[in-house]
Order: sequence, then C-alpha cells, then structure tokens
Amino acid sequence: MQWDRERHTEYWIDEAAGPLVRPYTMTGGRTRHSSTNFDLVAYVMTVEQAPVDVDLHPEHLAALEACQRPLSVAELAAQLDLPLGVIRVLLGDLLDRGLVMVREPAKDLNLLDERLLEAVMHGLQAL
Amino acid sequence: MDSRHSDPDPGALAPVPVKILIAGGFGVGKTTMIGSVSEIQPLRTEEVLTSESVGVDDIDGVEQKGTTTVAMDFGRITMSRELVVYLFGTPGQERFWFLWDELAYGAIGAVVLADTRRLKDCFPSVDYFERRGTPFLVAVNCFDGARRYLPGVVRQALDLDSDVPVVLCDARDRESSKQVLIELVSHVMRLVSRQSSREPATTSAGRATPG
Repeated sequence: MQWDRERHTEYWIDEAAGPLVRPYTMTGGRTRHSSTNFDLVAYVMTVEQAPVDVDLHPEHLAALEACQRPLSVAELAAQLDLPLGVIRVLLGDLLDRGLVMVREPAKDLNLLDERLLEAVMHGLQAL
Repeated sequence: MDSRHSDPDPGALAPVPVKILIAGGFGVGKTTMIGSVSEIQPLRTEEVLTSESVGVDDIDGVEQKGTTTVAMDFGRITMSRELVVYLFGTPGQERFWFLWDELAYGAIGAVVLADTRRLKDCFPSVDYFERRGTPFLVAVNCFDGARRYLPGVVRQALDLDSDVPVVLCDARDRESSKQVLIELVSHVMRLVSRQSSREPATTSAGRATPG
C-alpha cells in the first residue's frame, strides 16, 4: 500500500472524530460529496473507456468494475461490503473524475405518477 | 423519467427504481417478508454513525463518542428492463430518524408489519409515516400460534385513520407478501386519484389511461 504512506501522512483524526472507523481511512476522513446525494436507489454506471487514474484506491477500482452495468448505490454498497457513507465518498471521487455517471431517482411527485403505479401494479400481479 | 444529469444518460440503460419500505418493530418479520418476494437473497447495507451524527437530542442511550452500525436489509423485484422495485427494511432503532428520512425519500409507500403480541412496537412506524405523509398500510403478521385479531381490532388499537388498510399476512409466504404489496399499491393509487380529482380542470372521468 504505497499510496498510504505517500499521501496520507497527515493525521486527520481528532477527539471529535471518535474512534477510527477503518473504512473511512480510504476516504481520507471525508463523509460527504459536495454536490450529489447518491440516493440509495440512484443508479451508477462506469463511463466506458474512461482513462483510469493511477492514484485510485482498490475500492475505487472495485466500484468501477461493479458498475460496468448500471447498479444502484445500495446494491453497490452491499456488493463491496462497505458502509453507505464510504461508498458515497468513493463515488464522489469517481464522479469528479468523470469515471462514472449517476442518475438520481425522480423526486416524490414524479414517483406518484399514475402510470408508474399502474406499471408497478401489473408487475406485482404478474409475479 | 427525466434525469438530473443532462450529459450522456445512464438512464438510457438503467431502470426506473421504485422504493417501498417495510417497517415495524424488531423481530416482526421485515427481512422475512423482503426475502419472500425478492428475487435475490436480501442484501444488507450498513451505515456507520458516530454519536455526532445521531444528533444532540437523541444522544441519550448512545454510547459516548461511540460508533454504531445501523443495518438496512433490502430486496429487489425486477418488473421489466425499465422498472425495478426495491424493498427496504427500516432500521430497528427508531432513534435513527434521519436514516428513515433517507429511506422514505421518494418511496411510494410503506408496509408497517405488526405482531399482535407486541402491537405497540409498531407505534413509532405508524407515527412516522402519518407525520411524514407517506402512504402506508398495516399488515398483521400471523405467526404460528399468534392470536388472530380481527383487522378492526388492530385498527382501533393503533388508532388508524379509517382509510388506512389493515390486512392479515404471513410474511414467510411469497403469495401473501405479494398480496400485501398489491394492497399497498392499490391504496396509493386511490390516494393519488383522490388527490388529482380534487385538482381543478379535471372535467371528466376516464383519465389515467394506462400505457
């Protein structure tokens, strides 16, 4: 783990941080992305043939691999066995680098679209 | 469905996700119900919280400066290439309301699972969805040997509005869980059509043609 020594020499743990949670070491202690929510059911997809930065963590690469086909944030977190907060930071990094595309789900009002509800109903009845 | 990002749209390939919540007290059978209708084994996603993120008001009972892992189980039903339903179990500890908010955001509705032996365990869920205005129904999980109550008795005990459906179910049974979801979606559709019929400029019946 070369990058760990080279890039994370500063100590970002303080009293307020509480006990160190290991997964957050790979996010440099960050817990939020600035502009995107990454809803549980937002879909993430890896941008094809994006140039991959050399300083990505193995977890970034695992996320890119997993999202070759569109995958929801919740499923990605379960698949990589990482807490949601960590997944969101990793995805933020990938989004900033243009390596993934994200589609947030429609807002409440759109979801109450009657045709959508009809489609859900038909789907359930066909189960 | 429109997309928030206008650049090349992953939505062209990604289905529209629909969220349904399965709530209720600890051990009432939420994950069992999810598993009975999900096409995948229920998956688990976790959120790691520090005491700070729990909020000042709720800090009692949370270990000082501790971290807590809150698990949320979920399942998936692929309806078509364009439509996927996700069933999310709410975290058992009601003090993590902000996680509930995240789960409830954009959800079309919720099932509150009730165990008649511990009916009060579902009070917080009922309160939450009433306050938030999320459509819900109460599904009484009839465990083996559990006393069977009439839905009316449960309705009265929970002081539910008259239009909130109360149904009996067996969360282990796929067909039964499916019927609960169908009942929930019917309920949501009734609410939506009632709402839109209140809006002006709706002059005739026969709107909402499917397809």
